Amino acid sequence: MTDRLRVTNLEVRYGDLVGVADVSFEVAEGSVVALLGSNGAGKTTTLNAIAGLVKPSRGTIEWRGEDIGRLPAYAIVPKGLALSPEGWRLFVGQTVEQNLRLGTATVRDKARVPALLDRVYTTFPRLAERRKQRAGTLSGGERQMLAMGRALMSEPRLLLLDEPSLGLAPAIVDTLYETLERLHQDGLTLLLAEQSVSLALEVADHAYVLQTGRTVLDGPAEALQHDAQVQEIYLGTKTKPVMEH
Amino acid sequence: MVIVQVITGGLLLGAVYALFSSGLTLIWGMMNVVNFAHGDFVMIGMYVAFLIYTYLNGGPIEFVLASAVVLFVLGVWSYTGLVRHVMSGTLLSQMLATFGLALVLRYATFWIFSSNFRSLPEDLIGGTLNLGGILISMPKLVAGVVAIALTLGLHGLLTRTAIGSQLLAVSEDRNAAMLMGIRPDRMQALAWGLAGAGTGIAGALIATFYYISPSVGETLALVAFVVVALGGFGSVPGALIAGLLIGVIQELSAYLLGPVYKDVVVYALFVAVLWIRPQGLFGKF
Repeated sequence: MTDRLRVTNLEVRYGDLVGVADVSFEVAEGSVVALLGSNGAGKTTTLNAIAGLVKPSRGTIEWRGEDIGRLPAYAIVPKGLALSPEGWRLFVGQTVEQNLRLGTATVRDKARVPALLDRVYTTFPRLAERRKQRAGTLSGGERQMLAMGRALMSEPRLLLLDEPSLGLAPAIVDTLYETLERLHQDGLTLLLAEQSVSLALEVADHAYVLQTGRTVLDGPAEALQHDAQVQEIYLGTKTKPVMEH
Repeated sequence: MVIVQVITGGLLLGAVYALFSSGLTLIWGMMNVVNFAHGDFVMIGMYVAFLIYTYLNGGPIEFVLASAVVLFVLGVWSYTGLVRHVMSGTLLSQMLATFGLALVLRYATFWIFSSNFRSLPEDLIGGTLNLGGILISMPKLVAGVVAIALTLGLHGLLTRTAIGSQLLAVSEDRNAAMLMGIRPDRMQALAWGLAGAGTGIAGALIATFYYISPSVGETLALVAFVVVALGGFGSVPGALIAGLLIGVIQELSAYLLGPVYKDVVVYALFVAVLWIRPQGLFGKF
């Protein structure tokens, strides 16, 4: 299969600690896939392993038919994958625009940079207003926009998003998710790790549930959305079926 | 009038201090490595100037450029050939690596050139400028002005260019920089090259008015450490201001108290500042 990301039996160790024990899943190009699970389930480690920040101790990561599991992070970006990381990891001492331009480090045709900037500024008008400000002066929502925008600057085929809704006000989260849907309609493939199950299942086609470093369940988003038992057991959301917006 | 002349002299000397210290602060800010060979880089720069002048008959422009190139290469090589390999080791092994490099450079120079003091002819950059009664030696004026311009240039490179932005990105968050597709090892090699070039140019400039010897780097390294600590670790503008300050304090105390005391005053003030503000005058953390 050369049209997808395929993670097989991924294991990541941090010394004696096991970050991820056995994770397998697939992201077909053109789809939106959600990794669900509580804090510590291994979502972030999984995304970091795909992005090349941590090395798998076992298992494979294939992207469009190529094994990318041993590549360093800087070699992953040119393959068309970009991660908007946990905690945003912005360059807070530099301006919004400098942060965005840093995202184009691997873009060979520098003449494209103004068009790429324009696209991000159109997607996130707030960033355009703040382009000369240091990233360290932004609010949480703006930081998330900048992290996403920066990842988009490398023109990825697959965007990895780590907890895009974490710590943000509901109104901002709604806007961000609308943006994600729009990006998806424009042809971007998305893999998102989320604690907020209801949100993730709304945009995702397919979801995988992680528990203590293992994929324990997966299915079409719609099915998981309506399976109250699944929600209770695996996601700890002891609620009625997901509230509609 | 004399006091104005002393202060002017201090500012010009301080500008050169700022130039060679900004490389040290850049490397420290980027990778938390103290380059103990930094002063000896300046010393090598002085010898390059001496050699180009003596054997190739090169003038100031030629030997400053040659020294910049040689020390850029030495800087890059120090990183790729030595420092990169001890980065994952303990702090002690990093310190000993650059300290060892310092000793190798210093004693290789002893071996090749002996311990004799050398100097470039005083009239190489001619004469003295008389600004309404204030006498400024031309070599120091040229050195000071070039040094200020280059230190500001380095600051401009870091804050206004794409490559500078990538350098700072690596220094701020190495992993996040890798997520942008930036190769940290290349940026670090570049930082060592730039730091080297700065010491090379500073060394060649100093050689026009100061004696050249294999151990001259020791004194200069000490000055650089004071400038970096005072200016705030990692801050180029901080290094510029601290360099100017140290230059002025040295010259003033040499004039007011006698030349013997100029270093004592500098280090006493340095200790006092660190006692009150451990992060330096302009440090951010």
